[in-house]
Amino acid sequence: MTAEAPRRMAPSALTARRRRGIHAGQTRTAWLLTLPFLLVFAAFFTVPLVYSAYLSLFTSQLVGGEVFSGLDNYTRALHDPNFWDGLRRVALFLCVQMPIMLAASVFIALALDSRRVRGSKVVRMLIFVPYAVPSVVATLMWGYLYGKDFGLVTQLFHAVGLDAPNLLAPGKILGSTMNIVCWEFIGYNMIVLYAALRSVPDDLYEAAEIDGAGQWRIAWSIKLPALRPALLLTIIFSIIGSFQLFNEPNLLFNIAPNAIGSDFTPNLYAYNLAFRNQENNYAAAIAFLLGFVIMIVSFVVQGIINRKERRA
Amino acid sequence: MTIALALTACSPSGGGGSGAKSSKPVTQAEIDKAMNTPTSLTFWSWVPDIQDEIDLFEKKYPKIKVNLVNQGDANAQYVKLRAAVKAGKGVPDVAQIGYDYLPSFTQTKSLLDLTPYGADKVASEFVPGVWSQVTQNGSIWAVPQDSGPMGTLYRTDIFGKAGVSAPTTWGEFATAAQAVKKKTGAYITNIPGNDMPQTLGFFSQAGARPFGYDGKETVSIDVDNATTQRVVGYWQDLIQKDLVATDPDFTDAWYQGLSRGKYATWLTAAWGPTFLAGSAKNTSGKWRAAVLPQWKAGENVAANWGGSSDAVMAATSHPIQAYELAKFINSDPSSTIKLANEQSLYPTTTATLSNPEFTDAKSDFYGGQQVNKFFAGVSKTVPQNQKYVPFQDYVNSSYNDTLGKAIAEHGDLKSALSAWQKKLVSYAEQQGFSVK
Repeated sequence: MTAEAPRRMAPSALTARRRRGIHAGQTRTAWLLTLPFLLVFAAFFTVPLVYSAYLSLFTSQLVGGEVFSGLDNYTRALHDPNFWDGLRRVALFLCVQMPIMLAASVFIALALDSRRVRGSKVVRMLIFVPYAVPSVVATLMWGYLYGKDFGLVTQLFHAVGLDAPNLLAPGKILGSTMNIVCWEFIGYNMIVLYAALRSVPDDLYEAAEIDGAGQWRIAWSIKLPALRPALLLTIIFSIIGSFQLFNEPNLLFNIAPNAIGSDFTPNLYAYNLAFRNQENNYAAAIAFLLGFVIMIVSFVVQGIINRKERRA
Repeated sequence: MTIALALTACSPSGGGGSGAKSSKPVTQAEIDKAMNTPTSLTFWSWVPDIQDEIDLFEKKYPKIKVNLVNQGDANAQYVKLRAAVKAGKGVPDVAQIGYDYLPSFTQTKSLLDLTPYGADKVASEFVPGVWSQVTQNGSIWAVPQDSGPMGTLYRTDIFGKAGVSAPTTWGEFATAAQAVKKKTGAYITNIPGNDMPQTLGFFSQAGARPFGYDGKETVSIDVDNATTQRVVGYWQDLIQKDLVATDPDFTDAWYQGLSRGKYATWLTAAWGPTFLAGSAKNTSGKWRAAVLPQWKAGENVAANWGGSSDAVMAATSHPIQAYELAKFINSDPSSTIKLANEQSLYPTTTATLSNPEFTDAKSDFYGGQQVNKFFAGVSKTVPQNQKYVPFQDYVNSSYNDTLGKAIAEHGDLKSALSAWQKKLVSYAEQQGFSVK
């Protein structure tokens, strides 16, 4: 609120003061109501963030203890091939997995919304169920299915007389992980997109039908544009999720320890640095750099999509 | 990371202090007084059902209450223990620690030297080779809990079909591998790419001393030498001829392999027999135990794989009671025989190793063989050359990324060994150690 406001709104000083009084009270209540959130936000977000930023400026050694080292950890990270390998791996993951997952989600959402699918409620539930399964359970389950000698996939291949691929081999494990993540998140994204479709007013469809548009035309010209904001949301979520990939590879490590190195993804690398190599400070620097990369990629993607929207 | 630290800091550690830490020997009167003072101890251990042994302790010392915390497995416990030590909060009084990880914790001064509390007096009760694992520079850092003298567990039915008997030398082992593969389709054994301690056992058997540590700032790292090259060269040959499997161990595929006859042997430690009997029940009666194949005919050299101890943390405020707990669990005859027979921890005291209740047990799974007695004999032939560095976590993870990876991918083991050496040296230097 600007300083001019009271003058314009209130003719007398008295009313002005009373009005300010109401505003102050409202502000107090607003702060009070947001306080629980702010406290939790500070305790679990701001404080750890500041603390890790602080940590990342030190170097601790098993011999010699902790010394201030400025930006050394960041310089080291920028020259660390393990960090870049992990980053490349998750970037590849993002470029392959996200389009597949989102295309499937869009297709299913459109199919359910077309009301041509019988028992659509049951279908919706079934597709959403994997999201309700904790990723730990999902990964363990897929791990068993992938098993090299006696897993279900291998047995199916053998049943039809084919040589089974080793889905836990170093060259295939990234693909196997993509499959798990797709399985987990198609349902979730489908629900987000489906909800966006439901909010399209019915008169738009009626108008389109009167104009003689078929289902495909309606999907293309009405539904897809309506999906854009929701799609942007799911894309940003997927970018963040892909770069932070951790649970699945960390669990697959127990099944395929040599296919998943300690630096398989940047997050896994930071974790192993902190808890296995006892390099907390360096891990903090890696985590910060990763956060930075995610921010840049998210902004760039958002920029591209928004520009397209403006043009459209 | 910070959240993890905060969480581990939540577990309570004993009440008020009784009995200060001392460098001069504590007297029997002090011990008696401490053991009669109501005290609550926290004990971290990953041994299943170790509560049974704690019950025995609490029965003998009714004033002492022990809170057992199981952090899952060894690796999970080390991570949490280190975090607690670093936070200075929530450190247990007594913690189970593998022999290989003891230097990691003495390096950070996290353990209590047990000499003043009388640990030197129980030394004679333990197998000398095992006792040497808990001492460094005249200090005693823990009480041995279990050990792992290595031997061969083999399938009589597969060997019978292949027409071979248990190989006594590595040369015979390689020959037998061909016969086994050709006649039965099985692999003579599995060499996992994720089990550094087993590989270190093979190195030790061949006479290598890959690691050394002076207890201060100097480590020696020698994982790439003529001896280790010879050992990996041997396995390289078998791997390339597809005569041994290279599945990661302790995974579902590996368990299935053991119970479905994919491997004819398991080169394992004395804790292996009971473990195998539990995980491959359907193969009961088909297994026997024999000594490891030898590099030279006529020799009898074993190795050690695994084993752990109970250490008293330096942060404890009840050092006397904590030491008495560690001592009782691992040296009281009623407790050690329970550990041996019920939790299948391979004994470390000479008394239990010769106790008929332990040695005379005949296992149907091994066709009535007295496997315990057999391994009691093996434990005398373990060379005392296994030392560790204070960053065993890194040794382990870098093994998986280099030599282990080469094993799993059937790559070049010898150059992977050199890569491992290089990684270890550069990490040690980065951590401020001088490397010999």
